[in-house]
Amino acid sequence: MTAHVTTADEHAHTHPTPGTYTKVGLVLFILTALEVALYEITFGEHAGALGDLHLVFVPMLLALSFAKFALVAMFYMHLKQDHRLFSGVFVFPLIIAGVVIMALATLMAYHMAFAKSGG
Amino acid sequence: MSDAQAAHLDTATGLDSRKLAIWTFIGSECMFFASLISTYVVYRHRSLVGPFPHQAWTDPATGKVYEAIIEIPLVTVGTALLLFSSLFIVLALYGAQRGNRKMLLGWLGATIMCGIFFVSMQVYEFTHFVHKGLTLQRNMFGASFFTLTGFHGTHVTIGVIWLITMFVLALRKQLPPENAVNLEMAALYWHFVDVVWIIIFPVVYLMQ
Amino acid sequence: MATTVLGQDAHVAAGHGEKTGLWSWITTVDHKRIGILYGATAFLFFLLGGLEAEVIRLQLAKPDNKLVTPEFYNQLFTMHGTTMIFLGVMPLSAMFFNYLIPLMIGARDVAFPRLNAFSYWVFLLGGLFLNSSFLFGAAPNAGWFGYANLTSKQFSPGLNVDFWLMGLQILGVASLAAAVNFFVTIINLRAPGMKLMRMPMFVWMSFITQVLLLLAFPVITVALIMLMFDRLFGTHFFVPAGGGDPILWQHLFWIFGHPEVYILILPAFGIISEVLPVFSRKPLFGYAAMVFSGAFIAFLGFGVWSHHMFSTGMGPIADTFFSLATMLIAIPTGVKIFNWIGTIWGGSLQFKTPMLFALGFIAMFIIGGLSGVMHASPPADLQQTDTYFVVAHFHYVLFGGSIFGLTSGAYYWWPKMSGKMLDEKLGKLHFWLMLIGFNLTFFPMHFVGLHGMPRRVYTYPKGLGFELLNQMETVGALILAVSFLVFLVNIYRTMKSGAKAPADPWNGATLEWSIPSPPQEWNFAEQPVVHGRDPLWEAKRERGGPLPEPPLVSGKGIHLPAPSFWPLVAAVGVTLIFVGFMLLPKVGPWGLVIGISTLFFGVYNWLFEPSYTSIPGVKGKSSSH
Repeated sequence: MTAHVTTADEHAHTHPTPGTYTKVGLVLFILTALEVALYEITFGEHAGALGDLHLVFVPMLLALSFAKFALVAMFYMHLKQDHRLFSGVFVFPLIIAGVVIMALATLMAYHMAFAKSGG
Repeated sequence: MSDAQAAHLDTATGLDSRKLAIWTFIGSECMFFASLISTYVVYRHRSLVGPFPHQAWTDPATGKVYEAIIEIPLVTVGTALLLFSSLFIVLALYGAQRGNRKMLLGWLGATIMCGIFFVSMQVYEFTHFVHKGLTLQRNMFGASFFTLTGFHGTHVTIGVIWLITMFVLALRKQLPPENAVNLEMAALYWHFVDVVWIIIFPVVYLMQ
Repeated sequence: MATTVLGQDAHVAAGHGEKTGLWSWITTVDHKRIGILYGATAFLFFLLGGLEAEVIRLQLAKPDNKLVTPEFYNQLFTMHGTTMIFLGVMPLSAMFFNYLIPLMIGARDVAFPRLNAFSYWVFLLGGLFLNSSFLFGAAPNAGWFGYANLTSKQFSPGLNVDFWLMGLQILGVASLAAAVNFFVTIINLRAPGMKLMRMPMFVWMSFITQVLLLLAFPVITVALIMLMFDRLFGTHFFVPAGGGDPILWQHLFWIFGHPEVYILILPAFGIISEVLPVFSRKPLFGYAAMVFSGAFIAFLGFGVWSHHMFSTGMGPIADTFFSLATMLIAIPTGVKIFNWIGTIWGGSLQFKTPMLFALGFIAMFIIGGLSGVMHASPPADLQQTDTYFVVAHFHYVLFGGSIFGLTSGAYYWWPKMSGKMLDEKLGKLHFWLMLIGFNLTFFPMHFVGLHGMPRRVYTYPKGLGFELLNQMETVGALILAVSFLVFLVNIYRTMKSGAKAPADPWNGATLEWSIPSPPQEWNFAEQPVVHGRDPLWEAKRERGGPLPEPPLVSGKGIHLPAPSFWPLVAAVGVTLIFVGFMLLPKVGPWGLVIGISTLFFGVYNWLFEPSYTSIPGVKGKSSSH
C-alpha cells in the first residue's frame, strides 16, 4: 500500500465544480420535498390521494433517504473522487451499524411481544 | 495547526493523516448514532402514556387532551437548512482550496448561519414539545426522542463552534490553501452531522 | 495564548539527550515514554485488582466466612473485574501499542503525539476517579457489566453506580482517542516497503483491535448515557414501570462487551505471534491465515453477543443463531492455535522466559477456549451460566491468555524498553509459580461451578462440597501473589545492577531490534526501508551473521514533535465534566461549566500551540540534540 497520490492528481480532472455541487443541492432539496410529499399523501392531510400507500411507505421513504445519504457522501464528502480507503473507513462501520440496528430492533420486538403474552 | 507530518505526501498512502483521522472518527460515530437510533426504534411505540408522536391522546385519568407532537413544517425547514448548509460549506471549501478568500468567507458564513438557525429551531421545537406535555421523563417516546435529537443537536452545536473558529481563522488570513485540509476536516464532520439528520428526519418525524 | 513548555535546550545525558525530570514526563509526547507511563500505571492498577481478588479468595476460603460484609464483597468483585479489564489488561496492551507500533513499522512516533498523551492522562484520571469511590465507601457494586435494573436509582440509590458509569465514560474517551491514533498510524506511517502484508503480526492484531475499539465503545457510551439519564434525569430507558426494558441494557452492553473480549485477547495473540517465531528460530507459520483469521474473529465478534444472554429467554431462533455464530468463531481461533503449533514444530526451541510464557499461553488458552465452546450450547450454558464454571472459562482466556501473553511480551521487550536484561532464573521461577498458582486457582472452579457454586455471592454454606476446592483455589491465589512478588524483585534487582541489554538480545526478526536498547528519542537514525517480512532476519541473512551494535547518533536535524502541557489540561477538562455530572444534584450545572470550560481552554491552546502552528516557510521547532 505505497501508492503515492498527490493532491494535484486527486483533484485534477475529476473535481466537481460549484455548478455540480449546486445541482446536487437542488436534487437533495427535491428528494426532501418528495419525502414530505410521500408522508402527506400517506398519513397527512392528503392521505389517500394516490391510494393506500401504507405498505410501500417505509421502503420508499428509506429509498429516498438512502439516495440523499449517498449523494452527500459521494459528492459533498468527496468519496466519489477520493481514495477508496476513505470509503472503506466509512462504509464498513455503516454495515456493522446497519446490522446492529436491525438485530436490536428484531430481538427487542420479539422479546417485547413474548413478554406481553406472558411467555 | 496540528502536529501531523508537515507534508502529507510522506505518508504510506499519500493521504493526509488528519483527513484519515476525521473519517475514522466519523466511522466510530456511526456506531454511536446507530445505538441511539436503535433505541428510538425499539422504544417509540412503547410509551405507557401520551403524548404520542403522530396522534392525539386523552389522559384517561385527567381528561386532558394532548396533541400529536410531531409538526412537519417546522422540522422540514430545519432539514432543508441543514442540507443547504452542506452545499454552502462545500462551496466554502472550494474557495479555501483555491485561495478565494471572499468565496470562503461568504459561504462559510452562510453555513454558520444555517447551523445557528437549525440549532435555534431545535431549541424552539424542544421547548414547544415540552409545552405540549412531552418531556424526557414523560414516556419512552420522550426519552428516546429527546436523547437522540438532543445528542444530534449537540453535535451540530459543536460543529457550529468549530466552524466559527475556522471563520475567525479565515478572517485573520490563517486559512490559506495549504491549510485547507483543516477546513476539509470540519466540513467532513459537518456533512456527517447532516447525514445523520438525513436518517433521523424520516425515522423520527415521518415514520409512523 | 500561553507559550509552550520547551524549556531550555536539551541537556545531553548519556548520549540520549532526552530531558529528565517530572515536568518532562508531564509534557511528554514521546510514544515510548507514554508507553512506559501506561505500563507502570496499568501494572499498579493490576496489582490493586489482584489485591481485590486476594481478599475475595480469602473470604471464600471457608464457608460462612465473615471476613468481609456482603456489601463490600459486591464492591470487591465489581472493582476486581472493572479494574482488571479497563485499568489492567487494556492499558497494558496500550503500553505495547504505544511503545512498539511506531518501532515495528519504522516510524518516529504515532500520527498524533499530543492526542496520544491525552489518551494516557484521561486513562490515569479515569482510573483514579473510579478508585476514589473507595474513599467515599461507595465503590461500584453492581458487577462489571452493571445489569439493569439493579443499577437503577431505585435499587442502587448510592453513588456506587454513578462512579462506575462516569468512570467508564472517562476511560472510553481515552480508548477512542487512542484507537483513532493507532488506526491512522498503522495505515499511514509505515516505512517505505512495509506493505500491509509485511507488517509484524503484533501490528496486525493491534490494528484489528483498534477497529474493534472504534466500533464497540460508542455502543457502551450510549448505554451508559441512557443509564445516567435514568439515574440523574428520571428517564425510564431501563425502568419497566415507565415502559423501559432492562433487556435492552444487556443487548447494548454485550454488543460492546463481546468485541471487548476480543480487544482484550487480540494484542496477546499478536505478542505470541512475535515471541514464538523468535524463540523457535522459525518464521511464523501461515502469516496470511493469521491475518485473515484475526480479521474474521473480529468481524464475527460483532455477531455473537447474545451468547451472554442465553438465560434471558430470547426464544429458540435467537438462541440458535447466536449459538451457531459462537461455535463458528472457534474455527478461526483454532486456525491460529494450529499455526502457532506449526511455528514451533521443527523449530530450534529456546526455552527462555518469554517463550515459557508463550507456550503457557497456548496451553491455557486452549483450555479456556474449550470451556468457551461448551458455553456456546444454550442448554449446556443454562447449567453453567452464573456459576464458577464461567469464572473458570474467562480466567483461563483472560489470565491464561491475555496476562500470560502480556507477561511474555514484558519479558521479551523489557531489554528494549529499559536497556537492562531481566534475570532468567527469577523469570523462570515467576513462570512456574504463575503457571502452578494459576491452574490451582482456576481449574477447580470448573468443578465447583458445575456442582452449583454461584458467582457473585459472598459466601457458601457448609456441606455442599465446595470447601476443599475453594481452599485449593485460595492457596493457588496466594501462590499467584508470590509469583508477582518474584517479578517485582526481578525488576528491582536488575534495574539497579542488571546486565546491560544489547540492541538485539534474542536474535529478533523485526525492526525494533535494529536500534539501541533503549532507543534514542527519534527511534531510527534513518528511516528504514523494508523488503519483506522479518526484515531483521533478512538483513542478518544477507550479512551472513549478526548485525553490529547500532551506534548512538546525535539526532541533529531530526524533527520531533515538541512536548506539550495541553493534553493534560484537556484530560482534566474531560474528567471534570463527568465529575460535574455527578455533582449536578449538589452544585447544579457549575461543575459541568467548569469542566467544559477547562476542556475548551485545553483544546484551543492545544490547537494553536506556537511550536505546532506552522508559519509558512518555517517548520515547527526541532529539538536539536
